[in-house]
Amino acid sequence: MTPVIEVKNVYKSFHSVKAVNGIDMTVYKGQFTALLGPNGAGKTTLVEMIEGIQKPDSGEIRIMGLSWEGNENVLHRAIGLSLQETRFIDRLTVWETLRLFASFFDLGKQRVWEIMEIVNLKEKADAYTVHLSGGQRQRLALGIALINRPKVLLLDEPTTGLDPNARRDIWSILLDLKYHSNTSLVLTTHYMEEAEQLCDTIMIIDKGLVLKAGTMDQLLSEDSSEKIIAFSLEPPHPSRESIKNECPFPVRWDGKNGQGTILLSNLEGQLPQFLDFINSRDLKLKNMECRRKTLDDLFTAMTGRRLDE
Amino acid sequence: MNRHLHIKQFLHLTLAHLKEVMRQPAVLFWGIIFPILLSIGLGMAFTREGATIHNIGFMYGDDNDDGKALKPSAIETLFQKAAATQGHELTILDETAFTLAVKDDRLGDTIFLFETGSWDKSIMRLKQGQINLIMEVTDTGTVYHFDPLNPEARIAWHTLSPLAAGKYATVSRNGTIPETAPDSNPKSTVSPLALPGTRYIDFLIPGLISMTVMMSCMWGISYGMIDKRSKKLLRRMVATPMVKSHFLAALMLVRIFINIIESVLLVFFAWLIFDVAIQGRMEALVTIFLAGNIAFCGIAVFVSSRTANTEVGNGMINAVVMPMTLLSGVFFSYHNFPEWSIPVIEKLPLTLLVDGIRSVFTEGAGLVETAPASILLFLIGVVFFIAGLKIFKWH
Repeated sequence: MTPVIEVKNVYKSFHSVKAVNGIDMTVYKGQFTALLGPNGAGKTTLVEMIEGIQKPDSGEIRIMGLSWEGNENVLHRAIGLSLQETRFIDRLTVWETLRLFASFFDLGKQRVWEIMEIVNLKEKADAYTVHLSGGQRQRLALGIALINRPKVLLLDEPTTGLDPNARRDIWSILLDLKYHSNTSLVLTTHYMEEAEQLCDTIMIIDKGLVLKAGTMDQLLSEDSSEKIIAFSLEPPHPSRESIKNECPFPVRWDGKNGQGTILLSNLEGQLPQFLDFINSRDLKLKNMECRRKTLDDLFTAMTGRRLDE
Repeated sequence: MNRHLHIKQFLHLTLAHLKEVMRQPAVLFWGIIFPILLSIGLGMAFTREGATIHNIGFMYGDDNDDGKALKPSAIETLFQKAAATQGHELTILDETAFTLAVKDDRLGDTIFLFETGSWDKSIMRLKQGQINLIMEVTDTGTVYHFDPLNPEARIAWHTLSPLAAGKYATVSRNGTIPETAPDSNPKSTVSPLALPGTRYIDFLIPGLISMTVMMSCMWGISYGMIDKRSKKLLRRMVATPMVKSHFLAALMLVRIFINIIESVLLVFFAWLIFDVAIQGRMEALVTIFLAGNIAFCGIAVFVSSRTANTEVGNGMINAVVMPMTLLSGVFFSYHNFPEWSIPVIEKLPLTLLVDGIRSVFTEGAGLVETAPASILLFLIGVVFFIAGLKIFKWH
């Protein structure tokens, strides 16, 4: 099967900053892929190169087997995209904005109605785009991305800055698309839940490099037995040094809030050891929970930073 | 891409641009009306340094030919009293021109530059704004022809008439002083020029139309593009099969449409209130008007082809419109500027448009007379548009 998107050994620098530093990526028909990473990881640059907005310094990008050069017209028709924070013509209504974009693809009113149905903006048909809420504006951007029934959908941070409800609205539109069409999706995000909820494949990106890629299970399987213990202590909080030196396991310690996490590979054997340590130092547990590893933990383990930093 | 799609795209883009403008009265105000108000204010506040120069048409009452040779002795006689008592300096330049310099340490020097000519020639120069007062010397006295509503003309008359008046203010054509003057106390008469085509308002309206076209194109088109670029909307639009030139052409079409409405309104009110009339050919007016629109649309596309920063855009637009607003003869004639600068000023796009429209309004020009300026303006527009498109930044 020919991949829908093929990215091979792509590099891109801005002045001295290496935004994308040798990335490979393959997306097949109907596959949903997340580019997960913190701000400045190079996600947007990568996705804009796939969109044809930026040119790679070196490497190759093919969409449906075609490179951008000389194929702009075909690819523009096959791709739907939303940019980070697009705004629209202020005093144009939702209906008029969709009609304008539909006209670029030779589509008529029928398709505009369908799109307003899909992104749930029928009630806002006559509202000026400037009066839309953040969530409505993102749904309009998504509607525009979907208007030409794209084979490839590229969404750059579609839910950044939205409240949880607005975020879930976008997710349900995309999940619907996932189960009822053959569209391939690449989305960038720094929310691990978004990547988990929507995508088959997740690529963890930092500093222009892919740190790890695979399905959710693949990413977390290597140490599937590992569990995270997150705990917080009553004040007075012990110092960072004392906790680090004395605890039988490596601790990630936030002294300011009195919170820490440890990684246990054998819960049954190691948890009593940890509790003994707490007891022996006369520390008081305020809270403690045991959970499975998340993508955020994985990112932290690899980079020492958190996704939302 | 088929023809139907082209038309559809273009139509929707045009409608979108039009609605965008029509639904934002503030943009109309700040983009078009405010620059006009600002320019009027600046024009009034604009003061010239050094000597004030008044260009005066000079003729003998019974002279119907062009460039009748001056009679230096007669001129000297005419201003004899002033020259003798106040030390004003009279200089004969050549056979058709002379100057009268008036020294004033407190108010600044004034220089009157007289040029002789027939009545028809003088009136034409008045309509073109080269002069704003005609001094006619007859056997019975001196007649001053000017528009009383034109402040510059009034000042010239106020300063000049006492210098030329007096006992010997009557000079016959052959330069001899009549032994017995017909009137022992010869009169200096003012003859108000209220004939349509010769008043200040006739001079002003073509200037205002041209300036409106320039301001509207420069601010409107630049706003339309810089705003969409800074919102990343341009970037989003070119990621579709939209034809790029459709986008720009639609923006220009909407602007020209708005300019037509504005100019028609301006001319209508000028006709209603001041009785301003178009003396020349309508087709010449339409041609030069459209050519001017194309010129400034092209310049606007060029100026705002790269920046996404509104403030940078504003600065660049001002750099283009300010000099032309001041120099191109919108509010007052550019013939008062230094000699060397006039050939340059005459080639400025706004000057080409102002002079072209003014010639149709007041001089009765037709297509033949306005063709060179129309062609030049059209070419300016095309060249700047193509250059702008080459360096245009969509992302």
